Amino acid sequence: MTIHTDIRDGETRPLHQARHEVPEILYVPRYTGLQRVNHWITAILFTLLTLSGLAMFSPYLFSLTGLFGGGQAARAIHPWFGVALVVSFALLFVRFWRLNIPNKDDVEWSMKIGDVVTNREDRLPELGKYNAGQKMVFWGQTVLIAVMFVTGIVIWNTYFGGYTSIETQRWALLGHSLAAVIAIAIIVVHIYAGIWVRGTGRAMVRGTVTGGWAYRHHRKWFRQLAGTKMRRGSVDKRGS
Amino acid sequence: MADYSSLDIRQRSASTETPPEIRRQVEVAKLIDVSKCIGCKACQSACEEWNDLRDDVGVNTGTYQNPHDLTPKTWTLMRFTEYDNPQTNNLEWLIRKDGCMHCTEPGCLKACPAPGAIVQYSNGIVDFIEENCIGCGYCVKGCPFNIPRISQTDHKAYKCTLCSDRVAVGQAPACAKACPTGSIMFGTKQAMIEQAHERVDDLKSRGFAHAGLYDPAGVGGTHVMYVLHHNDQPSLYSGLPNDPKISPLVAFWKGGAKVFGLAAMGFAAVAGFFHYVTAGPNEVVPEEEEEAVELDQAKRREGGRETGHEAGGTEARPH
Repeated sequence: MTIHTDIRDGETRPLHQARHEVPEILYVPRYTGLQRVNHWITAILFTLLTLSGLAMFSPYLFSLTGLFGGGQAARAIHPWFGVALVVSFALLFVRFWRLNIPNKDDVEWSMKIGDVVTNREDRLPELGKYNAGQKMVFWGQTVLIAVMFVTGIVIWNTYFGGYTSIETQRWALLGHSLAAVIAIAIIVVHIYAGIWVRGTGRAMVRGTVTGGWAYRHHRKWFRQLAGTKMRRGSVDKRGS
Repeated sequence: MADYSSLDIRQRSASTETPPEIRRQVEVAKLIDVSKCIGCKACQSACEEWNDLRDDVGVNTGTYQNPHDLTPKTWTLMRFTEYDNPQTNNLEWLIRKDGCMHCTEPGCLKACPAPGAIVQYSNGIVDFIEENCIGCGYCVKGCPFNIPRISQTDHKAYKCTLCSDRVAVGQAPACAKACPTGSIMFGTKQAMIEQAHERVDDLKSRGFAHAGLYDPAGVGGTHVMYVLHHNDQPSLYSGLPNDPKISPLVAFWKGGAKVFGLAAMGFAAVAGFFHYVTAGPNEVVPEEEEEAVELDQAKRREGGRETGHEAGGTEARPH
């Protein structure tokens, strides 16, 4: 057994040994490294798009253009971030769309949204890899990113300014900004869900969730995986 | 133009600061009497000359209109229309000098996201300050008259300045100075309206019953006005809008949508915070970790009995 030591007091002494055997828990693989990289590239691009886009949305937020080197630079780079995000999100879509097809558990889950927000998981149906809320984030972003891509092309003045009528561009501008604020609001909920539901973040940071997390939130998915090779580890790492 | 030092600013794009208000400059206006225009294009030449613009040589497509449209380097343009008047059976040559109308309520300024890229001086002139322009093209969507043009050279917006630099030192715009028939007049807005009424009365006495002054109320009036022989049908004059106003799409985008958007994003964040401090985090309890271990072990034993079954031996991968 490793003896941990501490030398901060100027003297080296061994730490107290843990009195109890730390119980082992399961670590269930949820996302591969590539999936995580794909997700975080999309997330970074979404953040950059939010910052540069809001700068052009409201005069109160124009100072955000400073992050990109000024107004002209923000205007020029924003559509390219968008193109990159569409590519990145398309890969996410291909990876995950099958798992996000709604089923009847999602109907029941949605009907019991009151239990969802009050943490009464015991009253909810057993779920597969994703619940209805996660699926709504997925399909919501899919639709909104598609809308923003099409309308974004229409209002990308540098290259496509002459291809559509001004009236079409007015519709596109309005559609683009409305889709954007809804998408941002959805992402705010998405981020909050990751803070609220403890132990979720490690799925996208380290690739695994604990067995208890999978058992509590996505038991049908966990039942499918149970019995396969899952890593075991000490319990003290489950929060990270 | 960027030189506005001697003019007070009344409105500034994407800005909330109070503009200087201790004095009011007299509102100016340009009056274009279409009935006196001979289509000589002296105004176009004078505009290029004064503003030091040389548009590219284009192609002739069989009309006198040249170039065919406003461009970043052509800020004013004679638009030629041949109108077969069904009442008189006369062929009428309707020549309209197109360019920025300098609206009292400018759609371009409302749409512009860049602070100070579009200003309205207290004399009514609407001016683009190119050094602040970011080239987004929102002014193009905001304008009810289809005037601003974005340059592919520097990605900035350009249009008629009403020669704000000349006006600031008491000169008339270059086009008005050059007009050989006095069709383009310049003065205070009040004087130009009075002048227009005289011209309208004259035209009416000559049989143009619908002659009138084009100073559209939908944009709060303009600082470039027309005397039209057919003021009942402005669209005869190369599509001059009959009732121009800021598009409701633009008005909503810059009004309701902005409020809705900021509210929706803010609400999502605030709702999340208050949910957390009331419902609290959703945490896995140790018992659930135990349940998971047991469930896994049960599955494993099951798999162990059925030796050779692939469920027991596959590498766990996310799916």
